Amino acid sequence: MDAVIRVRDLAKRFGTLEVLRGIDCTVSPSEVVCVIGPSGSGKSTFLRCLNGLEHATGGEVIVNGIAVHDPATDIDALRAEIGMVFQRFNLFPHKTVLENIALAPVTVRGLAPAAAAERARALLAKVGLLDKIDAFPNQLSGGQQQRVAIARALAMQPSIMLFDEPTSALDPEMVGEVLTVMQALAEEGMTMVVVTHEIGFARQVADRVLFLDEGRLVEQGTPSELLDHPREERTRQFLSKVL
Amino acid sequence: MEAVLWFGWFRADIIAEYAALFWRGLQMTIGLTVICILQGTLLGLALGLARLADARHSPARELCRFGLRWPATVYVSFFRGTPLFVQILLIHFAAMPLFVHPTDGLLVSGEAARELKQNYGAFLTGVVALTLNSGAYISEVFRAGIQSIDRGQIEAARSLGMSYGRTMYHVVLPQAFRRMLPPLGNNAIALLKDSSLVSAIGLAELAYAARTVAGAYGRYWEPYLTISLMYWVLTLGLAYVVRHLEARYGRGDTR
Repeated sequence: MDAVIRVRDLAKRFGTLEVLRGIDCTVSPSEVVCVIGPSGSGKSTFLRCLNGLEHATGGEVIVNGIAVHDPATDIDALRAEIGMVFQRFNLFPHKTVLENIALAPVTVRGLAPAAAAERARALLAKVGLLDKIDAFPNQLSGGQQQRVAIARALAMQPSIMLFDEPTSALDPEMVGEVLTVMQALAEEGMTMVVVTHEIGFARQVADRVLFLDEGRLVEQGTPSELLDHPREERTRQFLSKVL
Repeated sequence: MEAVLWFGWFRADIIAEYAALFWRGLQMTIGLTVICILQGTLLGLALGLARLADARHSPARELCRFGLRWPATVYVSFFRGTPLFVQILLIHFAAMPLFVHPTDGLLVSGEAARELKQNYGAFLTGVVALTLNSGAYISEVFRAGIQSIDRGQIEAARSLGMSYGRTMYHVVLPQAFRRMLPPLGNNAIALLKDSSLVSAIGLAELAYAARTVAGAYGRYWEPYLTISLMYWVLTLGLAYVVRHLEARYGRGDTR
């Protein structure tokens, strides 16, 4: 099948600091790809290059056949098709849960407010937070906020979902509820790229795992290949510390 | 004439006699202040956004830098770096005749210009000078307010496909506005008091009324104390409005 994300020789420099040094990879429809690696390996930057939140300094990223970093690209239209979930949730604190979810469908897609509210209710039921529809973000726990953030991204009906360490800012007892939602999403066939430290999640849900270190894609493979039988010494070292 | 000494040395009868003048002056001060707060806020928003304008690609990048950021920075620097009093004189006696002149006004000329100048000249100068001046100060409030919003808020909105404008309007400015209210209130109070400077070019506002009365009677405590109290009450009213707005826009606030 045709790849929905195609990354070729992707490079990113911040000043003199080379964060990404030529990454090549593809993601197929409905594939769940987990990206692991030590902190500072460039995995978050890699993810943020996929929807243009970071501007690549070299190479190219093609999503749904569109060059993300081409100045002529309508980046807003492209981003509407790519959901993103952040480590720090980034819910809009001045808006209720309903308003958080309905804002982009109404303003960007031109959905009628009533239809957007209906969609929000359905998504909140899916993430188990229908009773919080009128709450403000600061009235929710971290796990609840992250589930709302996932519902907010899904409300745009994206074809791809990006997750940037979605459980790293959560208390341990809240990690499970977020991973459960993500797993359900994966089982529905959503194309997902997940930067994570949750090796257990990667093993259980991922179709493929990428290991990044010092801005390079060191190794990739199915969870059992990469996690249980890593070929590279660097991968083995990393896994021995986190497993 | 019998001197009425209601409060001992304080000749309140003088104030009573000129009550109509003070009343018109009060209306003028309030009107001028309200107009300039509204216009200054809009100008400040535009200047604040201009000072933050940036783009990734050429030529938009250069356009933002030389066409927006630099002019806005020079503008703000000038209006904050020179006395408001001098700006008022400059606008009234130098700039205004250039734009509004019976024979060769760049904006208005002929009979209309003569009429405008005769009846509204000082008012026009006051509005223009105070708007331009407060816009410079308010732009700094907007800039700081916008920059205080977590980058993650902008990234979340942009990742949903919202444009820069929509992100500003729906996500950044509402949150920034809440934080900007106290400094905006300070600016409004400063503007209210600074409006007294326009009396120098003959606009009949509060300070002008006091000066008129002082000139007529050669007494200074009564008129200046009276308008001091009036300014004070007005600033208290402004502070009240700001507190009210803070409570109203504070929803969802963590503090």
